[in-house]
Amino acid sequence: MKGWRTGLAIGLALAVWRSSPGLAEEASPSLHPATEYLSTGMKAEQADLARNRGMLWVDQGAALWRQAQGVAGKACADCHGEAEASMRGVAARYPAVDATSNRLLNLEGRINQCRTTRQQAQALAYESNELLGLTAFIAYQSRGLPVNVATGGPAQPYVEAGRKLWNERQGQLNLACAQCHEAKAGHKLRGDTISSGVGTGYPVYRLEWQGMGSLHRRLRACQLGVRAIQFDQGAPEYLALELYLASRAAGLPIETPALRR
Amino acid sequence: MRPARIVVPETAKVGEIVEIKALIQHPMVTGHTAAGANTEPRDIIHTLTVTYDGAEIFRADFMPGIAANPYVAFTTVATVTGDIVFTWTDDKSEVTTAARTLRVP
Amino acid sequence: MTLVRVDRRQALATLAASLLAPVTVRAAESDPSMKPPSALYLQARTVLANGREIRTARVTLDLPRLAENGNSVTLKIDVASPMTAADHVRTIHILSEQNPIATIGRFHLTPRAGRAFVSTSVRLATTQNVHAIAEMSDGSLWEAQAESVVLIAACIDGG
Repeated sequence: MKGWRTGLAIGLALAVWRSSPGLAEEASPSLHPATEYLSTGMKAEQADLARNRGMLWVDQGAALWRQAQGVAGKACADCHGEAEASMRGVAARYPAVDATSNRLLNLEGRINQCRTTRQQAQALAYESNELLGLTAFIAYQSRGLPVNVATGGPAQPYVEAGRKLWNERQGQLNLACAQCHEAKAGHKLRGDTISSGVGTGYPVYRLEWQGMGSLHRRLRACQLGVRAIQFDQGAPEYLALELYLASRAAGLPIETPALRR
Repeated sequence: MRPARIVVPETAKVGEIVEIKALIQHPMVTGHTAAGANTEPRDIIHTLTVTYDGAEIFRADFMPGIAANPYVAFTTVATVTGDIVFTWTDDKSEVTTAARTLRVP
Repeated sequence: MTLVRVDRRQALATLAASLLAPVTVRAAESDPSMKPPSALYLQARTVLANGREIRTARVTLDLPRLAENGNSVTLKIDVASPMTAADHVRTIHILSEQNPIATIGRFHLTPRAGRAFVSTSVRLATTQNVHAIAEMSDGSLWEAQAESVVLIAACIDGG
């Protein structure tokens, strides 16, 4: 039933899109964070940190930051000090290519690399409250700062891989991300507004999830929507797409923890 | 102990009405059985009590219709410097307490 | 892929009629498509009233006219009351006409509140009326009701 309704909604969207040839090829005039499409009530709820439920995870991350972990018995704070100073602006530069391993890491990947190599602790599971908390806490230190990822040099092939995935038709509905989130961004679909595909608020508190979730969880939901094969959270495909999304969103402010429908 | 967040003004004058807001991390599992689905048994926070300087000022009975990660806001009259203590209890008898001090100089 | 091969005009018409109409039309003053209150709600209301009259006054219920997701809808309730030892709101009840359980929550106040006010976030199973009923220290009951239209997401993603 759910799948059928998703198919219908997206199928109809596709029908509308196909009736206006050439739209997909037009460059989007400007990108809008999904916050702009929220009701005034939800906007106020996101802005009021006493009501923004994402802050529960930020607080959890703050506590973990100061807690000794792993064989090394070290807390994040033992090396990085006060996150308010040391982590300010960091999330705005992620995903980034790690100089030693030459791998693309997002914030979650960087946290887990630090855990396994420096703290000698187990990596935190993707989507666990602990990893969501630490990621949200670190990203929160960049709230309001503009996205500013490196796209040249070693990052360039990853940006290109992400761009390719963004523009590639996929799934049984044969839809590319760009067909909705570029060509139809800002348009109404059922009771919703199609987003610009800007991930500047992640991890977000999403009402549909009744909890906090990562950007990769959101991407999995999108792929399910178009009935494509979903990648795992942390998969190289999603990392590349995350970098491409960040490169598109350059200059937009980090909004973590954002509130979404 | 679950992550909880209480926001009260740091200070208030005697007789001033202050607003108190609180959040707690809890999935509020309804236990409703959707047709054909295996549903987890109900697990919700059923009671919240709030004391100020030792006396109860607010109590709430939550049902499954309260949204996940419950939010509540209410007011109280500032009287003396004292702790505002929140106690949430869920269906598994798990109790979370959190407090904030309201200073009334 | 038969879905996408339907006639485009027809698809557009369907989209306009079935998808956009609920948002715009339902935002109008009255909603003829509203379901009647459930038996559960009527029963909960009768139990709460316990023979007393429930009068429509003194209570203000601030509920979003359009709810973006029924999983969490933030509401505010204010009751006109002096909140003195002799005359105050004892309990505010929130009742739903269409949820599987009619009572959403009960909030017990004391004169120390200073103001009869409470705010919380509730689950709404579908478009419906929500009732806020205040029980005073003298046992009288007062209420306000408001309708919220629960919007449907673009993609039901199950994610």
